[in-house]
Amino acid sequence: MKHARVAYSGSIQHAISENGQLRLNDGRLVPETSVVWLPPVVSGTILALGLNYPSHAKELNFEPPAEPLSFPKSYTSLVGHLGQTRYPAGVAHMHYECELAVVIGKTARNVPKHAAYEFIRGYTIANDYAVRDYLENFYRPNMRAKSRDQATPLGPWLVDAADIPDPMNLRLTTTVNGRLTQQGCTKDMLFDIPTLIEYFTAFITLQHGDLILTGTPEGLADVKPGDQVVTEIEGIGSLVNTIVEDWRS
Amino acid sequence: MKTAIHSRVPPIIFNRRERLAGKCHALCMTEAPRSVIGVALNFAVPSPAPLAPVLYLKTPNTWIASGAHIPCPAGHDRIRCAGTLGIVIARNACRVAAADAFDFIAGFTVVNDVSLPHDSLLRPAIRQRCFDGSCSIGETCPQVAGQTLFEIGVVINNVLRSVDHTASLVRSIPQLIQDISEFMTLREGDILLVGEPVTSPLAQPGDNVRVEIPGVGAIENRVVAA
Repeated sequence: MKHARVAYSGSIQHAISENGQLRLNDGRLVPETSVVWLPPVVSGTILALGLNYPSHAKELNFEPPAEPLSFPKSYTSLVGHLGQTRYPAGVAHMHYECELAVVIGKTARNVPKHAAYEFIRGYTIANDYAVRDYLENFYRPNMRAKSRDQATPLGPWLVDAADIPDPMNLRLTTTVNGRLTQQGCTKDMLFDIPTLIEYFTAFITLQHGDLILTGTPEGLADVKPGDQVVTEIEGIGSLVNTIVEDWRS
Repeated sequence: MKTAIHSRVPPIIFNRRERLAGKCHALCMTEAPRSVIGVALNFAVPSPAPLAPVLYLKTPNTWIASGAHIPCPAGHDRIRCAGTLGIVIARNACRVAAADAFDFIAGFTVVNDVSLPHDSLLRPAIRQRCFDGSCSIGETCPQVAGQTLFEIGVVINNVLRSVDHTASLVRSIPQLIQDISEFMTLREGDILLVGEPVTSPLAQPGDNVRVEIPGVGAIENRVVAA
């Protein structure tokens, strides 16, 4: 089943995909085009992976890390499907990153690899934009580059784990204005999902709704205001975002 | 002024027991969860200096109250106890000018920001900074208008181990709010930690660690083997 969090006619609703429409939790069936899409989960902890695909590490001229390279993200960085992400004034390099996002389903502490999938609620798609101009060699990738308000599109759906029998073999693609720019497969992750869950829960008690963004494969390209960026993962959906000027008036 | 979304989440950080009982969980699912944001390198600047505040998050699993135990992670015998001042945010602060910063501060609190010692700041230190129980947070003390000068003491087993002063901050309290809110909204109830004193002492299992900030409060926690 595919779940969404949406705003419809002034209220926030949980919705389920039904024959191309949305069944709201109050029973109404409404067109997908009639809602505002919100990030499908409310997360207390968001952990993202850097350099988790050897191809991407090579592209950035980094050695693949020996231990998962992870960084925290603020809840304020999330934005829903069909949302806008602001392009900071004066920067030259900002790129998308299509990532499989794992949603934790229950309190998880000291979870061994073989039990990891029992703790997964489902999956969604993250586009973990980075503003490369703001990267600095302190806690890199630093939060100014990676945790900007509304600069992490998430969604559209939270897809039940039961509907994704093999999350370690899903095709990821990104298109910019319809042109294919990134493709990869989750089977190429350096640290797979069970390894990541074992690693994190050895020291962090994760809770229902927490997110692990599992990293991105090679194929980065700069985006500019006006670009429409679609990050897609096989079986999970297609997440659309538009880059806009950061105007203030 | 009219406020479109009026939330009244009290700036309370749940303790570990309450979290385990599910109270925090319920809150997290219905409300946007709050953040505790740390600032590295704000008591001493390396060369070259960072252009923007170097931030990290103390994730919800780290939050404990005064009186709770701080677990020293397995395989380690020392933890670093950085006594620091927490700024409790009063209302959403986005792109706030330093001159207006105090309009966005509800008050201050005492925090023991615990970490595993690490020399390299090249990569985000999640394992060193985000382990369970590594952030003890006190009660919120309403701000005294415009006060920025605080003395922070760390006492281990009744011995005063470090005294630092917010006058030494590289980025002042208003400057931090300006520089961070430029790209990341600080929300009502969030707590911003002003920095880790370079003198922060190490503690080991069995130690009793007290952090006190005169005029704000004090917290006390025992370190235990995890």
